This record gives sequence, C-alpha cells and structure tokens, in this order.
Amino acid sequence: MTNVLPDTVEEPATPGSANGDVPPRPQGAPAALAPRTDAHDVVTRIAPSRGWVSLKLHEVWEYRELLFFLIWRDVKVRYKQTVLGVLWAILQPLSTMVVFSLFFGKLAKMPSDELPYPVFSLAALVPWTFFANALAQSSDSLVGSSNLIKKVYFPRLVIPISASLAGLIDFSIAFVVLMCMMLGFGIAPTWNVIFLPAFLVLAYTTSLGVGLWLSALNVQFRDVKYTIPFMTQLWMFATPIAYPSSLLSEPWRTVYGLNPMAGVVEGFRWALLGSGQAPGPMILISAAVSVCILCSGAFYFRRMEKSFADVV
Amino acid sequence: MNDIAITVEDLGKQYHIGHVQTRYRTLRESITDVFVSPFRKAALLARGHAAAAHSLHESFWALRNVSFEVKRGEVLGVIGRNGAGKSTLLKVLTRITEPTAGFAQLRGRVASLLEVGTGFHPELTGRENVYLNGSILGMTRREIQRKFDEIVDFAEIAKFIDTPVKHYSSGMYLRLAFAVAANLDPDILLVDEVLAVGDAEFQRKCLGKMGDVASQGRTILFVSHNLGAVQGLCTRGIVLSNGQLTFDGAATNAVQEYLNSLEKSAAIGPAERPDRRGSGVSRVVGFDVVGSNGIPGIVVCGERVEFVIDVVPVVDHRVNCAFTIYDQQSNPITHFTTRNVSVDREDRASGTTRFSCDVGQFLLVPGRYRVNVAIQSDEGLLDHIESVMSFDVLPPEVSVQPRYSIPRIGQIVLPHGWNAQ
Repeated sequence: MTNVLPDTVEEPATPGSANGDVPPRPQGAPAALAPRTDAHDVVTRIAPSRGWVSLKLHEVWEYRELLFFLIWRDVKVRYKQTVLGVLWAILQPLSTMVVFSLFFGKLAKMPSDELPYPVFSLAALVPWTFFANALAQSSDSLVGSSNLIKKVYFPRLVIPISASLAGLIDFSIAFVVLMCMMLGFGIAPTWNVIFLPAFLVLAYTTSLGVGLWLSALNVQFRDVKYTIPFMTQLWMFATPIAYPSSLLSEPWRTVYGLNPMAGVVEGFRWALLGSGQAPGPMILISAAVSVCILCSGAFYFRRMEKSFADVV
Repeated sequence: MNDIAITVEDLGKQYHIGHVQTRYRTLRESITDVFVSPFRKAALLARGHAAAAHSLHESFWALRNVSFEVKRGEVLGVIGRNGAGKSTLLKVLTRITEPTAGFAQLRGRVASLLEVGTGFHPELTGRENVYLNGSILGMTRREIQRKFDEIVDFAEIAKFIDTPVKHYSSGMYLRLAFAVAANLDPDILLVDEVLAVGDAEFQRKCLGKMGDVASQGRTILFVSHNLGAVQGLCTRGIVLSNGQLTFDGAATNAVQEYLNSLEKSAAIGPAERPDRRGSGVSRVVGFDVVGSNGIPGIVVCGERVEFVIDVVPVVDHRVNCAFTIYDQQSNPITHFTTRNVSVDREDRASGTTRFSCDVGQFLLVPGRYRVNVAIQSDEGLLDHIESVMSFDVLPPEVSVQPRYSIPRIGQIVLPHGWNAQ
C-alpha cells in the first residue's frame, strides 16, 4: 500500500538555483509575459508508477479552479439545455413522494413515526435524490469526459468530484421545497438542524466513494453503466425511505447502519423533523462504512488512473 | 544543468494489443477470457503454433529506449510515420498516459496542445468557453481575465463572444480555440499536429504564433507531418521509427533522413512490408504506377497513367480502396478513393482483386511523389501502408509541341488556353 516509485511529481526546486541560469527574455516581449516569478521553478518528473500510489490530494487542491469551472459548466449546460430547467430538481423527489404517499402511506398504511407521510418520505427523498444523482453522474463521468482525458493532463479525481458536486444545486432547490412542505404541515425544524450538514457530507462521501469505484470500473467494463440504475433501485428499497428504520429493534437497527444511506436518511429525519431518537451508534457505523468506501474508492481510482487515457 | 528544459531517458511505453484493438472490454469477456484463454493457448501450443499462442497476449512497445535532451529555447521537431510513436511520446510527456519504463523531466511551466478547443462545450458562449478551456489548459482565472481581450482580439470574434459556440462557423471556432492556446504563455510548449486543421490562413496564423513563441526563448516540442513547417520552425529534429529514436540532429538533416527512410521502404514490395497498420483482413500485395511508356515508377506529365493495386482477399464488396499522393515535403496533393464510386468488378479465380485507377492526363508538375495506400471497410481500417511507392513525374518530351506550359511554381498543371487581343 505504499508508493514504491514516485510517479509524476511536481515540486518546486530551490528558487536560487533555477532563476539564475534562465536565459534573458528578448527585449520587447509583451509585458504580460514578465511577471511569472515561480514559473521556472516547476519541475515535472515523469516515471512509471507501480501498484498502489498516493492520492496526491494537494494536486487536486491546486486544480481547484478547474474543479470549479467543471461544476459551473455542468450546472450551466444542464439548465441551458433543459426546458424545465430548475423544475427537474423538484420534480423527481416530489413525484416519487406522491407515489409513495399513495401506495405506501394510504394503501399499505406504512408507519411513519407519527409524522404526515408526505413529509416523512420527502425528508428522506431529498437527500436520497442527491445521493442517487451524484452517484450516477460521477460513475459516468470518466467515460463522458474521454475527450478531456485523452487530450489534457490534470488530476483525474477532479472529474468525478466535480460531476457529483454539481448535484448540490439541485439539492438546495429541493431542500427549499421540503422546507415549504414542512411549513405547510406545520412542522418546525428542531435545533438538531445544525447537524444537517454533517448528514449531507455523509451522503456526499458515500456517493463519491461508490462513484469513484464505479467510474474507474466503468472505464474498463462498460457493463457498469447498465448496473447503476438497477443497483440504485435496489439500494433505495434497502434504505428506510418509504418506511422508518424504527420497524427494526436494536441491535438490528444499528446493524442497519452498514448501509450508510440508512444513517443519512434517519439523520435527516431526526435533524429536521425530530422523529425518533438521535441515531447514535447507527450513524457511527454509517460514517465508518462511508469513509471506508471513499478511501478504498479513491485508492482504487488512483491505481487505475494511469490506464484511463489508453483504455477509455 | 539548468539550460536543459526537457530530459528524456530510456523512455518506453508498452501497449497490450487487446487494449488497442478492442479498446474497452465487457465484464463477460474478461471473465470468459480468464477461463478460455489458457485452453486456447494450450490448444495452439499443442498444434505447434508457439508464436500464435504468444500473440494472444501480445504487447508491443509504442516507444522504446528513447533518450534525448532539449535545451531551453530550442525548438525540436519530432517526425516519423504514422504509428512511429510521435503521439505516444507527446502523451507521455504531457502526462496524459504513464510511461512503462524510463524517466522524463521537464523544467518550467508546461503547456500541451494536442488539440485545439479541448473541452469546448457547444452550448456555452465564446466567453464561457474561453474560461473553461483556459482552466482546462492550466491557466488560472486571473490569468484568463488578464489576457481575455488579447484572446478575443487574436480570434477576431469580438462581436460573437457572447454567442454560444454551436452557432460559430468552424473557422471562428478554431480561431477562438487556438487563441486561448496561443496565450498560454508556458516555458515549454508541447504541440501535436494541431496545425493540420483549419484553412491556409489559419495555419499561417498558427505557424506565425508558434514562431513568435519560439523567438521568445520558449522551448517547443513540435510533432508534425508538415515537413516544411518542421524545417521552417525547428532548430533540431528527431526521427522516430517503430518507437525508437533513429536520428537526432539538425532539422533539415532530420527531414532528409526521414525522406530517405520513406524511399527505402518504398523500394520494398507491398506484400513484404511489415510496417503496416489495420486489421489485416485484406492486404495490399501489389502496387504499381504504370505510365504511358510502360516503365513502372516513371510517369510523364500530361500523359496517361494507371495505378494498379492488388488486394487479397476482398471479402466484402463494400471494401474501399484509396490512395493519396504526397509531394516530397509530405504535403498531400491528391486523393483517390473508390468510396461512392461504382467499380466494375470481375472476381478473379486467384482470390486477388486488382483495383486499377486510370488517370487520363496526369497533371502534376515534374518531381518526385510518394503514395500511401489504404483499404477500408465499414469495420474500419483493414490495411494501410505508408510510402508504398515513390514515382517520378518527368516533363513532357521536347519533341511534342506542348498545349500549355508546365508551371515552375506550384504543383498542379491545369489544362488551359491563352488568348491575346
């Protein structure tokens, strides 16, 4: 699991030694060329890497502007190309909520922790939709960006990260709708709402972790693309969206936390609607599983990264 | 030490044939491969096809043991045939793909230009694309802001900068894309055949900008088929052949060396040529240029010529046979293809199909020319031989009263008549 050989490293050389020998610029070169003090100090080393390599997160950080521009592009293009635009962000969770309320709420009389069933399910559907979309987007991102991968170098991690982050805009819009729904039903958010960002982060790390795995696999095996909708659907029913996790008794409820989205969904309900008790041990297990998926996904991604340009 | 901008040592890149040909695999293939391939291998070995068994997992070196250094401010031209490893070298140096062996080091800010307009999105406006493309190429937002006006000026599209680029003409699109790249301002610029696109005016502009960059003491590594551009721009040239560096020296000498190697291959019959691309389902086994005097390889300007291509076997009637004539600078002069043309066909018993292309009046100016030949089908490239043959075009015989003069400038003779009143 160690970095056996350095692969490509960009490192600043000692400033004095590099600047001294730079040939003088010809006179009359445009002024814009002059102020690049650190430019000559960059040394790029290229050598083969073997096995597991370091994540080089600092490099991703250096490319944060690119990350921003890619997110911005995704958001912009989406709203430019679709007629309904912003409405899509709302339509998906709302329509699912209506269907769930009809079939599970009215017909099946599913318990909903003493909450109105529409609010109960929407509070889960909003983070779930974010998760499912981020998962789908990031899984498909590498193959979708093959023209970039084959033509320009940048840390490839930027691609799935940006693809999954773009969904945050949709989430925010859907979240506003959820707040309106709560107002309509006369439910005020509890103080626990300050923990909400933590649950959102948990949903994000899970989706990115799975997305990293799947996007790297998708480059090698295009089958992955077809398994995603199917997998997401199964995962949705394995997550307490249409039903409460209080149907389970301890310790099974805690075990349920092995599905990180169970922790997220129950966390959202608890923070927003005050339903049930604080999902203590369950959320810890969810967080641990999520971090495991994210780390393993990131390392797997980096390991496969060198072959992306050749295979995609 | 620090006047070395690029160091390349023993650089190698190995590809597995499977990767190149099938590109991506399905999971099912991978799984079946694990179980089936040992049996297939064993079967082949049992039948005594050791080489074939080996080729099931064949890999090849697209780049092998390449070493060279580029000094700061040097403009290095990289030439070689298709598949010689030029693009692979560039992909390794730009870090798009990792080398399999060796080491390279680049000192200074590197910008690569393997294509203009990478990441351009048709739905976004010109302005938005400048920012997006700039950041993809490694510029910071502040840099782009600072150079924005310069970019728009260079591209000459100020009026349309807030129009989505899907409404641009291809010329505008290219100009904008190149303008972003041209303002990258790196210490080391790695450029692929980007100049092969666009019209002559655009190419002139690109070459001019490259010349500017070169004169500012930047280091440039320039991969091109345009031998004229290599001679004009580069101070030094290297020739790659089958992934190996075969020449390193002055640009003019490199070009000469490359042309010599093409001549040498052209002397080998197409059936024996190992340096071919394509799936090999059909192969070119004969190529001849037959002039009116009957001597192969000699053509007289203005007279009749027949190009004869023997292909074996032709399984599909939709197979397309094509060849291109190049001048000594490797500029394409003209292209002949059976695509969209009905070909009278007679199936020969031998299995060889003879395509012949009859040119009533061959009107290229006297000189030496080269031919590339390709066989294609709907499935892709079946066979392709670069420099399959060279031939000489001779001036018309003096005894014949010419109907028009052969131009001293340019490459084509158009039949014409003069009138003076």
